[in-house]
Amino acid sequence: MKIIGAPRRRVDGRAKVTGQTRFADDLMLPRMVHCKLLRSTIPHARVVRVDVSRALAHPGVHLVLTGRDFPVSYGILPVSQDEHALAIDRVRFVGDPVAAVVARDELTAFEALDLIDVEYEPLRTFSDPEESLACPEPRIHEYGDAGNIHKLVSLRFGDVDQAFADADRVFEDTFFYQGNTHLPIEQHAAVAARDPDGKLVLWSSTQTPHYVHRALAKALAMPAAHIRVIATPNGGGFGGKSDPFNHEVVVAKAALLLDRPVKICLTREEVFHCHRGRHPVLMQFKTGVKRDGTITGMHVMTLLDGGAYGSYGVASTFYTGALQTVTYHIPAYHFQGCRVFTNKPPCGPKRGHGTPQSRFGQEIQLDKIAEGLSIDPAELRLRIVEQPDTLTANYLRVGTIGLAECIRRVTHIADWANTFGKLPLGRGVGLACSSYLSGAGLAIYWNDMPHSGVQLKLDRSGGVTAFCGATEIGQGSDDVLVGCVAEVLGIEPIDIRAVTGDTDLTPVDLGSYSSRVTLMMGNAAIQAAERARDLLAGAVSRKLTVPKDRLVFADRRVFDAGDPAAGVSFAEAVCLAETMHGTIGTTGSYTPPRSAARFKGGGVGPSPTYSYSAAIVEVDVDVSSGWIHVPRVWIAHDIGRSLNPTLVRGQVEGSVYMAVGEALMEEQIFRRLPARLSHALVHKFPSMLEYKSPTTLDMPEVITELVENPDPRGPFGAKEVGQGPLLPVMPAVANAVYDAIGVRIDEVPITPEKILRALDAKAAGKAPRVGPARFPDISWPEPLDVPPPWKSGDGKAEVRSRKSEVGSERSEVVGTDAGARRLQPSGDRS
Amino acid sequence: MMRLPCFRFHAPRTVREAAELLASTPGAMLVAGGTDLLPNMKRRQQVPGTLVGLRRVAELRTITRGATLSGSPANDDELTIGAGVTLTELVRDGRIRQGYGALWQAAAQIATPHLRNMGTLGGNLCLDTRCNYYDQNYEWRKAIDFCMKKDGGTCWVATSSPTCLAVSSTDTAPALLALGARVTIVSADASRQLAVSDLYRNDGIHYLTKQPAEVLTAVHLPPLDGWRSTYWKLRRRGSFDFPVLSVAAAAKIRADGTVEAARIVLGAVASRPIEVPAAAAALAGRRITDELIATAATLAARPAKPMDNTDFTLLWRKRVTRDFVTYALRELRGDDVRELRHRVSRMLL
Repeated sequence: MKIIGAPRRRVDGRAKVTGQTRFADDLMLPRMVHCKLLRSTIPHARVVRVDVSRALAHPGVHLVLTGRDFPVSYGILPVSQDEHALAIDRVRFVGDPVAAVVARDELTAFEALDLIDVEYEPLRTFSDPEESLACPEPRIHEYGDAGNIHKLVSLRFGDVDQAFADADRVFEDTFFYQGNTHLPIEQHAAVAARDPDGKLVLWSSTQTPHYVHRALAKALAMPAAHIRVIATPNGGGFGGKSDPFNHEVVVAKAALLLDRPVKICLTREEVFHCHRGRHPVLMQFKTGVKRDGTITGMHVMTLLDGGAYGSYGVASTFYTGALQTVTYHIPAYHFQGCRVFTNKPPCGPKRGHGTPQSRFGQEIQLDKIAEGLSIDPAELRLRIVEQPDTLTANYLRVGTIGLAECIRRVTHIADWANTFGKLPLGRGVGLACSSYLSGAGLAIYWNDMPHSGVQLKLDRSGGVTAFCGATEIGQGSDDVLVGCVAEVLGIEPIDIRAVTGDTDLTPVDLGSYSSRVTLMMGNAAIQAAERARDLLAGAVSRKLTVPKDRLVFADRRVFDAGDPAAGVSFAEAVCLAETMHGTIGTTGSYTPPRSAARFKGGGVGPSPTYSYSAAIVEVDVDVSSGWIHVPRVWIAHDIGRSLNPTLVRGQVEGSVYMAVGEALMEEQIFRRLPARLSHALVHKFPSMLEYKSPTTLDMPEVITELVENPDPRGPFGAKEVGQGPLLPVMPAVANAVYDAIGVRIDEVPITPEKILRALDAKAAGKAPRVGPARFPDISWPEPLDVPPPWKSGDGKAEVRSRKSEVGSERSEVVGTDAGARRLQPSGDRS
Repeated sequence: MMRLPCFRFHAPRTVREAAELLASTPGAMLVAGGTDLLPNMKRRQQVPGTLVGLRRVAELRTITRGATLSGSPANDDELTIGAGVTLTELVRDGRIRQGYGALWQAAAQIATPHLRNMGTLGGNLCLDTRCNYYDQNYEWRKAIDFCMKKDGGTCWVATSSPTCLAVSSTDTAPALLALGARVTIVSADASRQLAVSDLYRNDGIHYLTKQPAEVLTAVHLPPLDGWRSTYWKLRRRGSFDFPVLSVAAAAKIRADGTVEAARIVLGAVASRPIEVPAAAAALAGRRITDELIATAATLAARPAKPMDNTDFTLLWRKRVTRDFVTYALRELRGDDVRELRHRVSRMLL
């Protein structure tokens, strides 16, 4: 292979470094006007009255919109259609949009916002999940599992009680993972316009143009065929641009009404309000082990602070309990998850979606188990690593698994044997592992169609255009598309033009989320390219009178493997094929394999294959001040195969960067004022200055090892790398702190202040730990019992639970309804 | 994005012209770099109708040994820095780096390289006080019904406080206090010199004694005369952040190691830099031993009264004041603190 596996400059690199990439906010159209949103200043209230007359009369204002202009709700998940572009009668957090002004420029629109009179009737606010659990009224939403509980889940795979009874030791630990946000450099921006034939076009910095397309059609009650969504290159997404957003719907409507292009570019404060970031999660892990480290069973409880809307929250909830089983063998497993609504910006998917929180708990607990059993933490993990080609207790199919190799490689390069437990006070190393999906096995909405499609157009010049709905969010998806096609057709990346993320021009790809693009689009691209190669080979074979299977596509030529001098140029091959077949165009598509999970809730977690990572973090802690510094991170990642190692290493380093921020400083937190004076509930510091995220000076040295063991399910054997390498770093930091100074910080961020508090506790003879004391009582529903594969399970829930299953069959789609519909033969349920 | 409000802009060429513009235009403000003022204006924390820019006033942009500036008396040994000198220029000046360590270290740790290219010494000395309830955009402040410092009546940091508790966040002021520096202030019809210490008041709103119609034109560093100095800054990250605690210390130390005189100043723990004479006095006439450092550090930390309106928790900021004073005194004693410095500041200083 010539392209695949060789470090290359990414295809969009030149445009990016020379400033030629056009982001959404760079778009300037003739007659364009500007939009600003008036956002609620009250955390929870009934909207009694909105008077826009003064704003409308302001010079330069073209249009003012309110909730009445948007009667139809939308939301990313079919089960959570709880958002309106502008509030109709209720605001649910400070930042919830109430009205929109469209004016000749941003300053005029901003000034007019202050002329809109809104009368609110404040309602009781909920800032903490335990308040939402304790107090069902007033309900933040009129739907959900109970009161202010959005979602309750209980899935049980095998007899966990018996597993604990069979264990030599049972460990029980509580952890807290603070919420944090994506912090893309580019704020969300969108431009909407009518095209010359009157149809709607929306350019937006979105990761999911296909889902935005569907949401717009619904919210605007317009035929989807008359809407074109173009995803502009994103200046970073990390999950924060995966929902359809208020501002997109608003500018679309405004452009239709005004028949003028309308632009909006959010402020950084508004990006913090859009959020959809990491859920704060309180969690409890109970794990039974044998003396040799073998896990007998695990029980996990999670409580998610969802914020004010559903977003991806139902999926996030399932994800906090989904991937525990794919790293280490767990014969019996019980997961209970609960998501509540609060009056804060909605949480959703951030890099790792729902899994970093529980991975944090799991990997710290393993460190405690290793210590309790006097087994080296690396050795313990090596003993219990899951086997390849295994169906886990919760019916996830593990394909290739390079975790053991990752552990061996990372302990070798970090000299673990000579450092762990052997460094002087204040210095320490910690190890943790993780796994992540290479694409979610199910779409957001129920359907059996492909998840990614690629079309190729071959030109007589030898140039190829590759069309795909995938979205370039900085991760390098255009480069993967071009690389795969170039490799199969034996041409250079520069010969290929990628046209991506445009619902009019490109076949559907579900979007840049769940680490799905490389695997799914890559496979679709290979299929399309192989079909094109086949057409060309047929024509060249006739011309050269060489059998098709002897032809080689390389160096922009098609030639006889046995006589390389005998051949034609690639352009000539295209001409020959066009002469023979007519215009040359091919398609390819990818549909993930069916999951083995056939129970309600089994739709979250399945993936064509999983990536694995192992990280060792070194910390330096000052015991007097608690000051913590991370000088070095070693990380090994099971990538299957690197399509472009430059991009792979970039993703690993980017993940480590983001992880160090989450581990040490990032906090999406809120402030309440004294209740007798104010009912304010505001984001503590919605700015890039005061929301602390590392700078380049705070970035540790990163030593990356790529473990390459091609997975037959991936394109050329590739698995994901965009999210997985983030996951092990946070628990490894916590484990390293323990190695350095003997205190446990069972929550993130791990701040100097917490370290000092733990050291004080240690000095006072108390438990040397900072972390949550307890997990609250939650009235969990009856568990859905699914016997694991080794208990002759077939992936279905036991009959006892079937009644409740049928009752809510249509009520959920993420991985639940979709999973059930797809995986249960129709006759099975009646 | 957020947009600036409309304002008139003047670019005078002389200090006199600038002072006259200020005197004749009610509500006019000076801009000397604008890295703090302009973002504040976007957030409507300040909405001056007129800005008087000092960038083109050449006489403010020089560093001279013993020269006179705007009528300040000549002194062959002092170093005079024009208020319009950028922080980058300051950091690059060998005389500052070699002689006035505290000022150099303070300036080198302000904000980021880009902001230092724009920001000036005078601008940093007059930097608006900061507070998590105040440094927010208009909509955010509206959601808390504003605060005492702008558009509201309550100080949300301590609701019973009669005065604003916004924090002095200038890095250069504590350093200049420790160095015993003076400033020249010029108005349309007068000029005066005062100690840097007298430039500040412990009031988050009226934090400067300088009148709005006065121009801070120069900073005068006294002759070195055997003094050495240092500056330690607490901030979350190695770049960008304002101080949430800082310690500037200067001492004149005899060849035998005894301290002849010293000054210790805390930054970012009140609405003005706080000098701690008791701690300095404890050092005088003695050699800097570990025990003496511990005593002085305890004394120095006493007046630190951080509030819950910056990064980090206030208890922790209070507690590590002692550590930071210790770092400063160890450096003055001549200890090799490079590794410590790198851990704390993430840069070589």
